Amino acid sequence: MGEWPLWEVFIRGQHGGNHRHVGSLHAPDAEKAVMNARDVYTRRNEGVSIWVVRATDITASAPGEKGPLFEPSNSKVYRHPTFFDIPDDVGAM
Amino acid sequence: MYAQMVKTDTTSVKTREEMSAEERAFQDRVDADIKIEAKDWMPENYRKTLIRQISQHAHSEIVGQLPEANWLTRAPTLERKAILLAKIQDEAGHGLYLYCAAETLGVSRDELTEQLLTGKAKYSSIFNYPTLTWADVGTIGWLVDGAAIMNQVPLQRCSFGPYSRAMIRVCKEESFHQRQGYDALMKMCLKGTAAQKAMCQDAFNRWWWPSLMMFGPPDKESVHSAQSMAWKIKLNSNDELRQKFVDQTVPQAEYLGLEIPDPNLSWNEERGHYDFGEIDWSELFSVVRGDGPCNRERLAARRKAWDDGAWFREGLMAHAEKKSARKDTQKNAA
Ligand SMILES: [Fe+2]
Ligand SMILES: [Fe+2]
Repeated sequence: MGEWPLWEVFIRGQHGGNHRHVGSLHAPDAEKAVMNARDVYTRRNEGVSIWVVRATDITASAPGEKGPLFEPSNSKVYRHPTFFDIPDDVGAM
Repeated sequence: MYAQMVKTDTTSVKTREEMSAEERAFQDRVDADIKIEAKDWMPENYRKTLIRQISQHAHSEIVGQLPEANWLTRAPTLERKAILLAKIQDEAGHGLYLYCAAETLGVSRDELTEQLLTGKAKYSSIFNYPTLTWADVGTIGWLVDGAAIMNQVPLQRCSFGPYSRAMIRVCKEESFHQRQGYDALMKMCLKGTAAQKAMCQDAFNRWWWPSLMMFGPPDKESVHSAQSMAWKIKLNSNDELRQKFVDQTVPQAEYLGLEIPDPNLSWNEERGHYDFGEIDWSELFSVVRGDGPCNRERLAARRKAWDDGAWFREGLMAHAEKKSARKDTQKNAA
């Protein structure tokens, strides 16, 4: 029989924030994946919520597309507030 | 170390002129400390070497549970037992983080397990020594986990993203391992009976040299180091880390009142380091070859665990498939 499928594990920590990818593990189904994730990734109170997703269900951007995907945002420096010089005299902005 | 004498399949480090354009771009990224991710282009030997190194590291975490597990049912107090159990559980976790990192390189978990069980893949020499007394458990935490930390801290900066991230998780947990070991020894050495103290000295005598061997052969004989260092999957040389370990450990032994089992150990004012005696390398090579005191026992225990667990793995998988098939028929009926 083949090995247990691979699951990607996402955890939301104590202090709010988003679920973050922490790693992966093998489990026969989603329910056991959550249980295993509890043991493998939250032994020290690292989380209050766990998501598991089958690794094969994730669609990733291809490393080769890095240019076309991300360069457009590189050239738009005006999206950052520091692009604009506002005189000190106008106060906090 | 947890990965010792990892082969790189290369005879020498290529010069820039000898590299292909892809190899040159890859090396530039490594040199600039940009992490290599699993889907990025990488030289085939880099991939193969990393699979070997990370899986050897993972196997060490897993097999490393066995010597300590020997004392789980005989820990002197309930608290020590709970601490040891938590430590061993961490090691299982370390093994799992590392297996997953290796799997991103295109090898399956079953293949990795098989390589361990058939003896094709190695694990650290250190776990082929027996744990004869309770003092051995403390000594392992102090020396073996201490040596591991020395190696793993720099590996957090290694060039391969998944390996580096696994090391960051591991390092967060490792300090507890070393401290709980030293704490157990402090109890016996500083507050214990003469017999307990003698037990600690005996354990220390037996683990000192094998701990130094963990760092691998001397630099002049480490044929694969140059390539691994160019790839930044090895950050420090064996001798460098070994010296650091000795320098750190000697004062800790003195605090416990333990004598270093090396008549040639002395502080070298000029070098600013401890000098120490010649290591018996034939012992390391014989342990790595499979002839250490516990090699056969360790592999037999892993094989038994794997075989005995087969019904469980298969049962849960069959149950999962049945459940999902039932869900499908319900969906189709609706
Ligand atoms: Fe570990
Ligand atoms: Fe450890």
